Order: sequence, then structure tokens, then C-alpha cells
Amino acid sequence: MWKYIGKRLLLAIVILIGVSIMIYALSMLMPTDYIDRQTAPAVANGTMTLDDVTRLKEIYGLADKSFFGIVKSYSTWLVGAFTGDLGYSFLFGRPVSTVINEYMWTSFILAFIAFILETGISIPMGIRAAVNQYGGYDYTVSVLAMIGTALPSFFLAALLMNVFCIQLGWLPLQGLTSATKIFAADAHMEIFLDKAWHLILPITVLVLLGVGGLMRYTRTNMLEVMNSDYIRTARAKGLPEHTVVYKHAFRNTLIPLVTMLSGSLPGLFGGAMITETVFAVPGIGYIALRATMQGDIPFIMGYNMFLAILTVIGMLISDLMYMVVDPRVKLK
Amino acid sequence: METKTAENDNILVVKDLKKYYPINTSIFGRARAHVKAVDGVSFEIERGTTMGLVGESGCGKTTVGRTILRLHDVTDGTVYFNGEDLSKIPKNRLRRMRPKMQMIFQDPYSSLSPRMPVGEIIGEAVREHKIVSKEQYRAYIMKVMRDCGLQPQYFYRYPHEFSGGQRQRICIARAVALNPELIICDEPVSALDVSIQAQIINLMMDLQCEFGFTYLFISHDLSVVEHISKTIGVMYLGSMVEIGNKDQIFDNPMHPYTQALLSAVPMPDPSYKMNRIILQGDIPSPANPPSGCKFHTRCNQCMDVCSKVVPKLKEYEPGHKVACHLYSQD
Repeated sequence: MWKYIGKRLLLAIVILIGVSIMIYALSMLMPTDYIDRQTAPAVANGTMTLDDVTRLKEIYGLADKSFFGIVKSYSTWLVGAFTGDLGYSFLFGRPVSTVINEYMWTSFILAFIAFILETGISIPMGIRAAVNQYGGYDYTVSVLAMIGTALPSFFLAALLMNVFCIQLGWLPLQGLTSATKIFAADAHMEIFLDKAWHLILPITVLVLLGVGGLMRYTRTNMLEVMNSDYIRTARAKGLPEHTVVYKHAFRNTLIPLVTMLSGSLPGLFGGAMITETVFAVPGIGYIALRATMQGDIPFIMGYNMFLAILTVIGMLISDLMYMVVDPRVKLK
Repeated sequence: METKTAENDNILVVKDLKKYYPINTSIFGRARAHVKAVDGVSFEIERGTTMGLVGESGCGKTTVGRTILRLHDVTDGTVYFNGEDLSKIPKNRLRRMRPKMQMIFQDPYSSLSPRMPVGEIIGEAVREHKIVSKEQYRAYIMKVMRDCGLQPQYFYRYPHEFSGGQRQRICIARAVALNPELIICDEPVSALDVSIQAQIINLMMDLQCEFGFTYLFISHDLSVVEHISKTIGVMYLGSMVEIGNKDQIFDNPMHPYTQALLSAVPMPDPSYKMNRIILQGDIPSPANPPSGCKFHTRCNQCMDVCSKVVPKLKEYEPGHKVACHLYSQD
């Protein structure tokens, strides 16, 4: 078991290096970079010369875009990354790890609440839909789930903002704190309530978008189990229907469900880029989108490696969870 | 017939049982046609005996078994179990009666929940139906396991750790633990290899001797059925074509289909001159069965009347009934 985990972690390092090479090469090969974007107005009105730009690029390590240049700057990055130094973000002027750590938790709280609601809503819905397959409940829930899955997040967000913020005026439009209110430093309760009030709409959007997929997934897996022979055996034993559904069927459905849910670790910490951006919630997704648009290479690298590590860990956890939920699996 | 139900020696009386499955359903859920999986089957089983039900695959044997226990809903007809009409009683009461009528399924690989240890598989329903008191529970399960040839230390193992034969023993133990009166065995040995088949059949017969179970033994294997049954019913395309006790069926098969089936049984003696009746063609679709006698399309003794009139199941010897125009229908 520990040997298995050790092996997987060694493999993970190889995967992460591969991922970092690809992301680094891609970001370096982008046609414009951070310096170009920042200096373009100054060059246009003549306050900076192209020589100044080149000098700046050298300082930032962006001047040499040849193959060997990329290899060289990548290896500098890699050595730094191994010693725990992800470099300074161009955009924020602070260490990348500090920036990630600062914004990650807002995203985590947002995603975690949404995740709990999503699971709590969609799994019982999926079970019920599977038990009444092709019944009224099944059709209603499935159609709603399809609508939820098909809606683009920015559209749904804009729609909800229009209704609840602009027309009804019940909820705040954007951000995480009310700009017009001034709280005393020790008014923790009020600050908390204010934040919660701001988070209602983003969480609603995330839940509405996520429920459909998970509900369909639960339904499909549940149906497969409900049609299996041992469910018929359970019925022939004369067990009550809720025992058949929850003890026999649902416990077997847990295997794929737990695997899928533990794979959602990167989603919990990685932030919801579009939803956060639309609502201007200062989470990691919002920050990452801004940094990517600006060509902030150290941040792009740091953020994507962060996601890659989470993905690898999430997959390892889901493999280990397999062992917990499925007595047949013994990892060697 | 009514008097027979009143008599208590018949544990199970099936009358004109029908099970149709809708096919070609329109968007509004109305069926345009039906597969007549079971189309008017009648028989009775005497308490403590075994009835074999044979027929080729797709003839509705399994559906008969499942419909009797109402694992599928009955389309029409009645099933009297201990004098009670199973096809009418409410679901909740039916559930309470389930321990008395158990089923052993064909595939021991898929009919056991993969996430439950063996002790729990066998014992779950024992607890649910309060067959024994809490104190005796463990000892009781251990005893049932021993009776079925399973070592009690298998209690905490999972089904995937067992071979096919052992799994079928688990399935049998599961059914037996509920102290049933009737056990419907749906091809319990056809997924096993021959040497294991014999062990399982002998186990089932031993258990019958000890506990007085009644079996409805569904199989396509005539030699197995001959070994275990007292009476035998032969089915073709959802209908019973011949029914009688074992000797009547094997020594004096009257229906051409039964004759053909018996002639196909392999003999262990290579020098034995086989006189096989080879049936032509495939079994017709049960959605659109042939008119008259359903067997007339493949019968080697087919007459004009066969395609027009449905033959009635009539008794020619005591207990020996045949549905065929070769014999007088009056």
C-alpha cells in the first residue's frame, strides 16, 4: 500500500515535469509577451524606444525566444521550482506562491459550498430519477438537468444578475464586500454576513451548472446497478424497497461516484475562472484569467503547476478511495 | 380443478398464467404489440416434490418462474401458493410472504452483491424477516452455511473470492436460510461445469430430504431434470405442451416436441444407435407466434388441423397431459 503510493508519487513527478515543459513552451511562444503589452503605449507615443523594450525584456528574461533560450530559462525556472521558489509574478510584483495562497481560499470557500450543495442535491435526485425511470419525476429532473448543463456560465450569471441585482435589487452585483459600507474592525459577524450575501449568486450559478452532470451520472450508474441480478435477488429475499435501493443499489453506485467526486479536487482549489470573473469575486480563477491575458509567465506556470499537482493528487486519492469503497480492490 | 386447490397437498397451483411484454410502444406509452412470453400455462406442484420445467431457450421457462413469485407482474391468470392467490395480494403482504418462496438464480456470478460479505448476503433477509432471534443469529447462519457445504470461516469473505460452485452454494444457503417452503430454481446449474453440477444437484436433493422443500426446477438439461424431478412439464413458445410424471415423460413421450427433445439427449455409450429427430428451423418469434398449434411449423407429424386449431391440454393417462392433435381432442 505505501509502496504503491510511493510509486505513484514518483510517477507524478515525471508527469508534472512533462506538464511544466509543455506549459512553459506554450507561454514563451505566445506572439506577444508581458513587456510588449505594458510598453506598447509608451513606444507608440515615443516616450520609450525599442532598445528600452529589449533591455526590459532582458531584465524579465523574455528576450531570447530561440529554442536554447527557452531551454535555458526553463531550466532556471525548474531549479527554482524544485527549491520551492516559483518566482515573482510580473503583474503583482510579489512571489507567485504568495499570490496563489492569498486568493486561493476565497475560491475554495466558494467552490466548497457549491460542491456540498451540488452533491447534496444531485445524488438524491439521481437516485430518485433512477428508481422511477421514465416516470414524471425522471423526465422533469432530466430536462432541468439538461438545461442547467447546457447553459453557459456567463449567460446564466448575467441573467441572474439582471433579475436579482438590477431589476429586483435583492442581491449585490459584484465583488465580495460592499464598497459603500464601512465596518468596524471587530464587527466579524457583519463582515461575514456581508460576504455571504455577496456569495449567494456565484454559488447559485455554480450549483445550477454542476447539478445536472452529477445527477445524470448518479442516475446512469444507479440504473445500471438497479438492473443487475443481485438487485433481483435482494427483492426476491423480500427486503423492503428502501433497503434494496439504498443498501444494495446505492452502495454499489458509490464506487464510480466516489471516484468521480475525489477527482474534483482541482476544481475545489483551482477556482471557477468565468463565474468568478463575471461576479468579480477576487478568487484564484479571476486572478489567473487576468494574469493569463497579460502574459504573466511566472504566474501562469505557478498556477498551472498548482492545478497539475492537484489533479495528480486528486487521481491518487480517487484510486485510494476505490479501495475504501470497493472491497474487491486491493492495491499492490 | 377447484377441488384440487382445496386439497392441501398442492403447494403451488398455477392457472392459465400469462405474461405479455409490450413492444413497439408508441410515444404515449401505448403498446402496439406484445411478446407473449408466457401464454396460458397451468400446472400444480405437490408439496415436498420436485417439478422439472424444460424447454429450449426463449420458451418462457424463466419467465414462468419469475412471474409465479411476482418478480414480474402477472398479466393474467392466477397463482395459488398455499391456497392464497399471489397474483392479487398487495405488494407489502407479498414481501412478508417472500421467505416462504425463494428463488435460486441462474448466474451465481452476477446474482450476489459484490460489496457484501457472504455472512451478510445469507443473513440480511434472516434479520429482516426475523427468522431467528438475535442471540441465535450467528450460530444459525453458520449452521446454514455448514448445511450447504460452506465453511463457517467464509463468513466475512466476499463473493468474488469464490468459485462458481461455491457461489451457487452461497445462493442456495441464502435461499435455504429463510426456511422456505417453495424454492424456484432457475437453471441453477447451467452456469457450472459438469462435475460441479452433480455436487450442487446432490446438495439440493439432500436439503430437500432434510427440510422437505418443494422445488420448481427450471432447466434445459433433460438428464439433470430426470435425476431430480418427480413430475416434468415441457414448454414450447410460452405454452405447456406436455406434462406428466417422470416415467410417463421419459418412457412414453406423446408430444412430437417432447419426442424430439428426448431424442437429442446425449448418451454416454458411443455404440448406442441414436435415432435422432432433427427439428427444422428456428423457434418462431413469440411476438408473432404461429396460428393453431405453435409447434406446427417445425413438427414432423404436422397435419392440416394443426395450423388452424389450438390443441387443448388433455389428460390421457392419470397425471399425463398432452396438447396435440395426434391424440383425440374430445
